[in-house]
Amino acid sequence: MTTVAKSTAHSVVEATPRGKAVAGAIVILYAVIAILPLLWIAATAFKSQSDAIAYPPKVIFQPTLEGYVNLFTVRTRQTREFIANLPPATTWYDKLVRNHDMVIAGPSKVVPRFINSLVIGFGSTFLAVLLGTLAAYAFSRFRIPLADDLLFFILSTRMMPPVAVAIPIYLMYRQLNLTDTKIGMILLYTAVNVSLAVWLLKGFIDEIPREYEEAALVDGYTRLQALRKVVLPQAVTGIAATAIFCLIFSWNEYAFAVLLTSGDAQTMPPFIPFIIGEGGQDWPAVAAATTLFVIPIVLFTILLRRHLLRGITFGAVRK
Amino acid sequence: MTAIIHPDAGADRIGAQARQAATRRVHGLSDRSIAWLFVAPTIALLLAINIFPLIWMIRLSFTSLNLSMSYLPLRFVGLENYSDILTDDDVWIRLQTTARFVICSVALQVVIGFGLALLINRQFRTHSFWTTIILLPMMLSPAVVGNFWTLLFQPQIGPFNYVIGLFTGIPPSSFSMTGEVALAPWTIVLVDSWMWAPYVMLICLAGLRSIPDYIYEAAEVDRASAWRQFWSITLPMVMPFLMLAVLFRAIENFKMFDMVNLLTSGGPGSTTELVSITLKRAAFEKWRTGYSSALAIILFVTVFGAANIYVKALNRVKQR
Repeated sequence: MTTVAKSTAHSVVEATPRGKAVAGAIVILYAVIAILPLLWIAATAFKSQSDAIAYPPKVIFQPTLEGYVNLFTVRTRQTREFIANLPPATTWYDKLVRNHDMVIAGPSKVVPRFINSLVIGFGSTFLAVLLGTLAAYAFSRFRIPLADDLLFFILSTRMMPPVAVAIPIYLMYRQLNLTDTKIGMILLYTAVNVSLAVWLLKGFIDEIPREYEEAALVDGYTRLQALRKVVLPQAVTGIAATAIFCLIFSWNEYAFAVLLTSGDAQTMPPFIPFIIGEGGQDWPAVAAATTLFVIPIVLFTILLRRHLLRGITFGAVRK
Repeated sequence: MTAIIHPDAGADRIGAQARQAATRRVHGLSDRSIAWLFVAPTIALLLAINIFPLIWMIRLSFTSLNLSMSYLPLRFVGLENYSDILTDDDVWIRLQTTARFVICSVALQVVIGFGLALLINRQFRTHSFWTTIILLPMMLSPAVVGNFWTLLFQPQIGPFNYVIGLFTGIPPSSFSMTGEVALAPWTIVLVDSWMWAPYVMLICLAGLRSIPDYIYEAAEVDRASAWRQFWSITLPMVMPFLMLAVLFRAIENFKMFDMVNLLTSGGPGSTTELVSITLKRAAFEKWRTGYSSALAIILFVTVFGAANIYVKALNRVKQR
């Protein structure tokens, strides 16, 4: 593979038109292949039960909302006579379910799980960003003894395998009655996220010139006023990017969630694989849940595009 | 807010600063107390959620605690758990499985990621859009990824086997990516690389963009071949970035639990049982808390060694 196409006629750094075309073709081919699994899942969400497990796999099919209906409801199988004797179905989803000799018995657990994901995600993100901003400001602006060691300590807590961390947390939470509680999960995710928040935000605050605050101090502001009125407005993009990274972590986290929650505080990732229908995983419903779960991440990725590199390297590489 | 200082206000400023220094303590906290006030909550949280449990776990690793038999009195067994683990052939096999997974998947990710970065760096039209598309898999939840790939890998109904069958003529139902001893270790490498090759790509891309144009221009003046330019300019300049990506991926893959747990749950048999899965089984299925605490400590020490190397590499990149 040649990196810089040979040419004498134009700039040596710019690739030749042919070099660009070849590169573009290969990259686009890779991107299309890489995105196919996600498109397949999004399509499976609109398949009927039988289309989802058809052989050969169906690319063209009659779209249906069965998967989404199954995701949000619990159904019971009934005899034709029983269904015939029921008052006529009033809603489109009742009709859809009755076509399969079933009756909706009630809502499924997906909405509470989704709410858990939101509450735990936003709760831990808010706390991590709050604590992280304060600590990052202190590390950025003040001389703190052993600052490098403290920063390394903060980062190193992130290096531990989650299953290993979960063992003592499990015992501790059992003693404190925090097992399977939202507050317990929020605290745990805050602790994991705060290390990322401190490192990222320190990078962002380091980039804000000190002169701004010093001028504010000269004008009679206190440190806290200067922080609130000068530094925070300047750091707002960095804080937002950091918050989104924390939110994505909490949203996606599985190991702690599966080991420390079972019901009340269970989030989506441990819940999705156990969406089952009659005889095994209900694939259209699983695909529907996956699609709904992934859409916010896709939006966030597009929003974060400029800060992605910083986020995934703990601020080590900034472009 | 007045952030702009007029050049002719210099004398005023010095006077103001002196006044400020004298009065700062009066209408506000001192810088030093603010610094501690700001850092303390973070440190306290980490002590409570990370360090205190860690110390507790070190203590437990010297006991025979088994949560499924917690009526037994807590017995201190000294280093017995550690010697049990380090002389257990099974544990060593799991560590080898993990090492093979780490090496193969990181190597594949470096090849794909660096290759893609070189191509994207040619800045063809629409490269920015396609880069974002390629980055999507790494933002997803590894557990959800592991779960939906089991559908794609279904021998009969899965599109993966069907497409392989289409290109090679092998009947799609004759092999199972997640169910065969020969294939499963490669399956987890494949899915992990699908997720994380973009990560290596993104970091390499930053490395490539950090190389100033004039170096290539000078090389061109010296009539260095494209091949030569790659080996003596591109590769050495990207190397620190690549190292950072490799170390990051190696640590993350050493800890790997979620994706593999849902894709193969360690099977078939124990062919894809990574050490985190062993740990989960010992701690949360057999409830051998003393034993699994010792195993966790051993893993901590290993990751910490790696973390030290990582931070050194990180600083080297930063200094550039």
